[in-house]
Amino acid sequence: MVALTDDEKAMLAGARGEPRRLAMEHLVQVAGFFDAEDLVEVSQVHIMADSEALGEAGVAFLERLAAAPDAERKVVVPTITDPRGTDFKAYERLRQDRSFVELERRMITAFEALGVLMTDTCINYQTIMPPVLGEHLAFGDTGSVIYANSVLGARSNFEGGPSALAAALTGRAARYGLHLDAHRRGTCRFRLETRPKALNDWGAAGALVGRAMSSYWEVPVIEGVEGAPTSDELKHFGAALASFGSTPMFHMVGVTPEASDLPGLFDGSPPPATPIGQTEIAALHAAYVPSDDRLDVVVFAAPQLSLMELRALAGLLDGRRVHAETTLIAATSPELKSAADRMGLTARMESSGAILLEGVCFYQMHAREIGQANGWQRLMSNSAKLVNIIGGYGYEPVLASMARCVDSAVAGRVLP
Amino acid sequence: MNGRVLRGHAGIGPKVTGTALVAQDNFSARYDLDLTEGRFSRPDHALFGESYVGRVLVLNAAKGGVATAWMLRAMSESGLAPLALLLNFANPIMAQGAAFAGLPLIDRFETDITAALRTGDQVALDPAAGTVTVVPGS
Repeated sequence: MVALTDDEKAMLAGARGEPRRLAMEHLVQVAGFFDAEDLVEVSQVHIMADSEALGEAGVAFLERLAAAPDAERKVVVPTITDPRGTDFKAYERLRQDRSFVELERRMITAFEALGVLMTDTCINYQTIMPPVLGEHLAFGDTGSVIYANSVLGARSNFEGGPSALAAALTGRAARYGLHLDAHRRGTCRFRLETRPKALNDWGAAGALVGRAMSSYWEVPVIEGVEGAPTSDELKHFGAALASFGSTPMFHMVGVTPEASDLPGLFDGSPPPATPIGQTEIAALHAAYVPSDDRLDVVVFAAPQLSLMELRALAGLLDGRRVHAETTLIAATSPELKSAADRMGLTARMESSGAILLEGVCFYQMHAREIGQANGWQRLMSNSAKLVNIIGGYGYEPVLASMARCVDSAVAGRVLP
Repeated sequence: MNGRVLRGHAGIGPKVTGTALVAQDNFSARYDLDLTEGRFSRPDHALFGESYVGRVLVLNAAKGGVATAWMLRAMSESGLAPLALLLNFANPIMAQGAAFAGLPLIDRFETDITAALRTGDQVALDPAAGTVTVVPGS
């Protein structure tokens, strides 16, 4: 049974109102499932907030909380959101159903009544407030969790919407999993025998590690990386690892802050290393080779693009025109969209016919329905995470570099 | 064989009895399911095309992203949900989603649950006790 402080007991008894009682009840239930001994205070919360995931049930739940008196419903730690499902400036171009827009407006109103800041981004660790070593968090996107744990040394489990909301209303998370030193120890070992080049190669390497993970409790240790990768390279590596493996943490020897040397990462002697070379990375890509060269849509998202990725994309599109039969979509955060507008990147992209969306991510925006509405099936992306997810939504994904994706979008067919 | 009791870690949700749908594959609501039709939609999933509605889903490990935590409740309220989930390894998202939805979930069995049960078995779940009983005659 989880030990609670007097303050936590008061919340559980309803003394701080119904929203905090429900939140504490949820935390205690999850704590019990994972044998947590107590709760831990968290300093910031990041919530998944796409209306496709919430559905009518989730939105109605939020509205019930939002109807409570002000003092009972406001979050007690800074709370921000993951991408939403519709960009209100672009939903008509994408033929998104109006019912999605209405559900999302209700969701936003309810979140704002709780005091949640609608940041609508999954790259909060690059754009909002990067966590620091040892900081306890409740983060709500697998990509943001794995980056915060691994690259920054902060501590979070995967917190789905209900648990992240419970953390926001109480300032607590159940202390199990990645909050504990014991669950941050290495359990398996991989050696990168080639340095991935483009972001899709970093994603493919992450996918290969992720595919080998048997459960959430594995912590892969990666060695062989000479010299620091960029934040975007680790973002794609981690997002793919988390997506293919449902894995919340990795160590990269000599790169990530808790991995200064290999032997110190394991209890006992390190297990043998699984090699990842050019052959394996090529084979991962080969799993997404299409039967013909038809191309419907090219997507850059999952995770949302950094300013550096937007700059690279604008450079590749300069002076070119996306083929009339192909749609090119990129997604970024609202803050970076403003920056891209100000710096002329948006104009450069859109003059080629590309669409730059803000505050959304492709797979979180009712991908099945917009695929059907627009006749999209063959999808090309440089995101290993996206190609992993999108098959379940009825698409045929192709994984390739950003440059090859752009060349293909211009040609209107998948180029080899 | 029937009447045997399979023991796992104490779980979440109410007692239920239903028919098992078993595979050794993993599980994510967002990655694997068509929520409007109530069937598995990921082409490379072992249960591709199968309806999961009202079944006791028996799979290996929770996979995928965080969306399942919201989605299980939406699925339950729409009437297109599994009856319960039995996994070798749940992850935080599956536990949080089950708690939010009131959906029965048990994991960490003494044996590989995907090998111990077969599709069509009638099973009685007691999540508080962490037990699954195979109903005699099924």
